[in-house]
Amino acid sequence: MTNILIVLALVLGVLAIAQLARVYELTSRLRGKREEDISPGDNRLNAALWWVFMVVYYIFFFWLFFRYRDRMLPISGSEHGEALDKLLNFNWIILFIAFFLTNTLLFWFAGKYYFRQGRRAFYYPHNNKLELLWTVVPAAVLAVIIIYGLRTWNEITEPGTGDMEVVELYAKQFDWTARYPGKDGMLGATDFRLINGTNPLGVVTRETVATRMQELADELAEIEERLANEVLPDDQVAELHDRTAYLQRMRGRITDLRTEMEQDIAEKGEASPYLAGADDLVIKEFHLPLRKEAKLLIRSRDVIHSMYLPHMRAQMNAVPGMTTTFRMRPTVSTDSMRIVTGNPEFNYVLLCNKICGASHYNMQMDLVVESQEAYDQWMAGQTPFQAPAGAEEAPADEAAPATEEGTATEEAADAMAAMNEN
Amino acid sequence: MGAVTTAANPGHAHHEEHHHEESFVSKYIFSHDHKMISKQFLVTAVFMACVAVMMSILFRLQLAWPGEGFAITNFFLGDKWAPEGVLNPNMYLALVTIHGTIMVFFVLTGGLSGTFSNLLIPLQVGARDMASGFINMLSYWFFFLSSVLMLASLFVEGGPASSGWTVYPPLSALPQAIPGSGAGMTLWLLSMAIFIASSLMGGLNYVVTVLNLRTKGMKMTRLPLTIWAFLITAVLGILSFPVLLSAALLLLMDRSMGTSFYLSDIHIAGEALEQTGGSPILFQHLFWFLGHPEVYIVLLPALGITSEIIATNARKPIFGYRAMIGSILAIGFLSFIVWGHHMFVTGMNPFLGSVFVFTTLLIAIPSAVKVFNYITTLWRGNLVMTPAMLFSIGLVATFIAGGLTGIILADSALDINVHDTYFVVAHFHIVMGMSAIFGMFAGIYHWFPKMYGRMMNTRLGYAHFWLTFISAFGVFFPMHYIGLAGAPRRYYEYSSFPFLDSVMDLNVLVTVFAIIGGMAQLIWIYNFFYSIFRGPKAVQNPWKSNTLEWTTPVEHVHGNWPGPLPVVYRWPYDYSKPGKEHDYVPQTVPIEDGEEEH
Repeated sequence: MTNILIVLALVLGVLAIAQLARVYELTSRLRGKREEDISPGDNRLNAALWWVFMVVYYIFFFWLFFRYRDRMLPISGSEHGEALDKLLNFNWIILFIAFFLTNTLLFWFAGKYYFRQGRRAFYYPHNNKLELLWTVVPAAVLAVIIIYGLRTWNEITEPGTGDMEVVELYAKQFDWTARYPGKDGMLGATDFRLINGTNPLGVVTRETVATRMQELADELAEIEERLANEVLPDDQVAELHDRTAYLQRMRGRITDLRTEMEQDIAEKGEASPYLAGADDLVIKEFHLPLRKEAKLLIRSRDVIHSMYLPHMRAQMNAVPGMTTTFRMRPTVSTDSMRIVTGNPEFNYVLLCNKICGASHYNMQMDLVVESQEAYDQWMAGQTPFQAPAGAEEAPADEAAPATEEGTATEEAADAMAAMNEN
Repeated sequence: MGAVTTAANPGHAHHEEHHHEESFVSKYIFSHDHKMISKQFLVTAVFMACVAVMMSILFRLQLAWPGEGFAITNFFLGDKWAPEGVLNPNMYLALVTIHGTIMVFFVLTGGLSGTFSNLLIPLQVGARDMASGFINMLSYWFFFLSSVLMLASLFVEGGPASSGWTVYPPLSALPQAIPGSGAGMTLWLLSMAIFIASSLMGGLNYVVTVLNLRTKGMKMTRLPLTIWAFLITAVLGILSFPVLLSAALLLLMDRSMGTSFYLSDIHIAGEALEQTGGSPILFQHLFWFLGHPEVYIVLLPALGITSEIIATNARKPIFGYRAMIGSILAIGFLSFIVWGHHMFVTGMNPFLGSVFVFTTLLIAIPSAVKVFNYITTLWRGNLVMTPAMLFSIGLVATFIAGGLTGIILADSALDINVHDTYFVVAHFHIVMGMSAIFGMFAGIYHWFPKMYGRMMNTRLGYAHFWLTFISAFGVFFPMHYIGLAGAPRRYYEYSSFPFLDSVMDLNVLVTVFAIIGGMAQLIWIYNFFYSIFRGPKAVQNPWKSNTLEWTTPVEHVHGNWPGPLPVVYRWPYDYSKPGKEHDYVPQTVPIEDGEEEH
């Protein structure tokens, strides 16, 4: 109700302004002034307002700048992010110069050269030298921006070599799942047709294929039984026939997949990705070891999502039907970042940055960056996707490194120093 | 005149219907006259803009005060979409989507080009009408139909399309993914298909008219910059809109015929879909092949309009006429080879990304030339501060502020961290949204006397301009900071991300300015509709302008000029030419002996 009253008040306010303007218009019309003749007073007033606006604009600019400068993202948690921040700051300097130069000229002239009777504008249709100047100078500046930018881009997007921690990030409406290769260091093959309650990523192993085939067979049998024993309306019968056809096609595709799997296993033996899935870790937690290069493989189950780690300056879309990658090396652990930000609750967060449905705004997973020892320990505590039959899990290594806190403080000090330099 | 009833035509309710006159239908509804069609486009676009602004206020309320109930939200959306005034998350996405669609296509493409290309092309090139009045009429009625369909989509069961104005599949293809991708999305696609047909009919007419129907003496190098801008805009539209049409048709097939152009390996709602082999990235390529030229389809007419208005009101020739034409051509050309900069983080080959970085940043050069030329035109001018002039200078300011942040976004490396954040929202609203809207307002204030034979109130124009200008920066400037803090766009609320708490107070500031800015438009609406009927009568050439439209009589006549067509002897920018008595020399005045053309 109050809202409506406020709106009403605003509307009435507008009408009041309008009526005042009408009164003014009528009186000026009585004096013989025409609407298109801008009075000297109005010219002067608006000219002055351009200058006032310029000042207010710059004040607003600096107010925002100084008030929010420290509330932006903290220092980058990844190596490429540092390069990226430097590039950004370089660009800002150029843009600030261009911004103040052009705006000052614009508003200054707009305020200075307002119409005065008897004065004549300067007839100045063109000047090739000037025009050449402001074609060449921006071109030169842009050349620098392009070269610097592309060099950074090439470094970031290089495929990368050497020992990398491979992690798959799997998106679906509306959560993330991580998959680690497990002890064999190799991610198993996947197929979206195998997805079910116990196999959320569709990892392909002999067992998951068999389970899925059984599920399909069960449902087909159930439908067959219903069709044979129940009296159903025609449209429902048609629906069940459709369903049967769908399930049979699905079974055909999975049979093909099974053939392909067996062939691949026969050819490659232990190196086949179809044998690599059982020991994968499929978990709702996302950890990365400090200072080790990580290769993130990003996939989606349903619609496009985007893996966005703002504190790592990392982003890559998750596109159904393809695997995208992003390579980064975390350089600041979660603990250190807690010290840098002065926030003991701080966590790196992975969020979804491509519109994906109703809960798009809350599709997140924390990222923990920790020392290699802590990472290994965490990893050892995880259960593989399919625990090998009979083998009991070895107890997690209890020898937790006591020095962890010490290194964290050191990193934080380094990070602080880096921030001060910037 | 006899019995008067209210209009049967919802798009422009102010036109009165006279049952006795048979010519009413042909004069006001199915008119072939470009001046009337232009007014039809304008009034329809104004109505659509009101809808889109209202939507933005509703979602801004949610963003500033998440989860709070507002009577006004409930009033507009009802208990289904806003129980107790709290916006439903799906409806939030729908509002964002339809706000963008309406603003980009219906207001700034259909509205801006439809109004001013139609009004000014025949008048400024010296033609009796468009090349084909009939196709021109169809163009409006297709536009009208597509507007009606778009608005109708607001009332379907699952709500309107809600996958963002870019309607990326699979989200837009699968009703299982979001309810708006059901009937709402079908209507969206149909509406866009019809809109594209409208835009093509309009565009072909504009191009043919400019190329073939110029009056005697109107060489291409004597065309006002408005016409150059409209011409290139029409060419861009003709070349790029068909691609969107094919993208939309393929999407329609994926949705209803089981094809898999864009879909592959999808498991949704507990079910594996059968489509394989398609790629969602294909849609993005097709969409942005239109989508990026579209930015310039929106922007170029505004730049053309302001070039004309700044020269007229600075009483000074536009600086670097040929360079201005050159930059329009360069921008038009480059706009076709930059679309990939919307896709740096889609997993596109990084090398391809580098190519798009290069071409995109090249656009900054002609843009810089335009800005410097505008500024030089103001230098030592004699600036008449009409509301149109204020909006034109305002456009230069928004073009600078928004254009510069484009350099950040065009840099693929920097785009990684700001892609799809509020930084992008800030950038394109300032450079595309505000600039184009300012150009549109400038055009309306300037050519209102030509359209309606009356004057708009100047004082209200001043109030409208300054409030709008201040709110524009108040709304969009702080968004850069929200984006740089890492806040993604299209989020219903941010409370689940504590790291963003530090900038959330800016959301309140933005919303307050959005409300002020929205309210300021009421001043304009009042001024506009009041002046149509009651504004003081206009004289033939109120702004002492050189171009041909001001040689036509105030009262509209078919064929524009009662006598023979005017003959053109000079370019349109002979303002304050030394040795001339007045500070303007219309294009119809012959060159004197010994006078240099320019």
